[in-house]
Amino acid sequence: MNQFRNFTKGLAIENPVFALLLGLCPTLGVTTSAINGLGMGLATTFVLICSNVFISLLKNMIPNKVRIPAFIVVIASFVTIVDLVMAGFVPALHEQLGLFIPLIVVNCIVLGRAEAFASKNSVFSSLIDGVGMGFGFAIALTILGGVRELLGSKAFFGMKLAEGDGMLVFVLAPGAFICLGYLIALSNRILKKS
Amino acid sequence: MEYIVIIISAIFVNNVILAQFLGICPFLGVSSKVSTAAGMSGAVLFVMTLATIVTYLIQNYLLNPYGLEFLQTISFILVIAALVQMVEIILKKTVPSLYQALGIFLPLITTNCAVLGVAILTIQKDYNLIEGVVFTIATALGFALAMILFAGIREHLELMQVPKGMRGVPVALVTAGILALAFMGFANLV
Repeated sequence: MNQFRNFTKGLAIENPVFALLLGLCPTLGVTTSAINGLGMGLATTFVLICSNVFISLLKNMIPNKVRIPAFIVVIASFVTIVDLVMAGFVPALHEQLGLFIPLIVVNCIVLGRAEAFASKNSVFSSLIDGVGMGFGFAIALTILGGVRELLGSKAFFGMKLAEGDGMLVFVLAPGAFICLGYLIALSNRILKKS
Repeated sequence: MEYIVIIISAIFVNNVILAQFLGICPFLGVSSKVSTAAGMSGAVLFVMTLATIVTYLIQNYLLNPYGLEFLQTISFILVIAALVQMVEIILKKTVPSLYQALGIFLPLITTNCAVLGVAILTIQKDYNLIEGVVFTIATALGFALAMILFAGIREHLELMQVPKGMRGVPVALVTAGILALAFMGFANLV
């Protein structure tokens, strides 16, 4: 039951993007389409799960005073792995996400979960927490990317739904801020009600 | 002439916050007052310039000659984290007045993605050291411009009647969107 809560909290009440407002740089930067959002979300999920598990395993070996640099090294190693794997297998997506892949290192969610959860809880709980938080992040990015793609280019996951161009502004930078603003307002309303 | 193009493009056309989405956390986090926004911008300017110089030297004299490019992410983030700590200690001992002004912002900068982002961009764009420094300073000025403009707007926003559901972060994000829309006017400048 407790593990179930660890999993679901990341999806809704403690959703990293809509509720905690963490990791907004990649959220705004890469979500020009649903597929980019999903790709970025899954890359971050992988890093989050691996770093949570490893930090939880190593939590008794890392001296308290140097824990933050130690966490950063663990996270940066997994980010490098993701970076190289994506460059090898999905070069088109890697090109699209560009700078934001190495920047997963400084994504506050990853370090935040390491510090707040993985360094204090068991390996299995940390794994579940990483999966939940990662999926919450991926879902949020996919929703934002989907909305922007739908409004901006009248398409969804690359499938054209209607003829002609959409409102281009939603694919450009200002649309990211405006869409996210309204989505956060909406999620506040839904979450507070339930 | 080259430098002018780099400067204009980094400050206005490719503004680090409003066009490239780097450094959103401090942009939303410490922008409720103009004075704190200015303090944060000063700290970013300082650390970013140092970080670019150091990471540039590491990339070109350590990673490239020995074929260690894959260590870029790890080495850069460690260098930046160490640098921030060092700057904090040195400032505290030598220039206490500057430390007073920037002190509380320094620890926050390690996780500011703009610093790592600009260090990596300088390498990706193949700038030499001087171009890299000019690019970094211009980017930091762009960061300061966006921060201070946004903080000014938010101070006024405090006094406005905002619909209940939009209060706080949502209205701040929509405001940032409109500000980004204004910056798009610079799009074809260079």
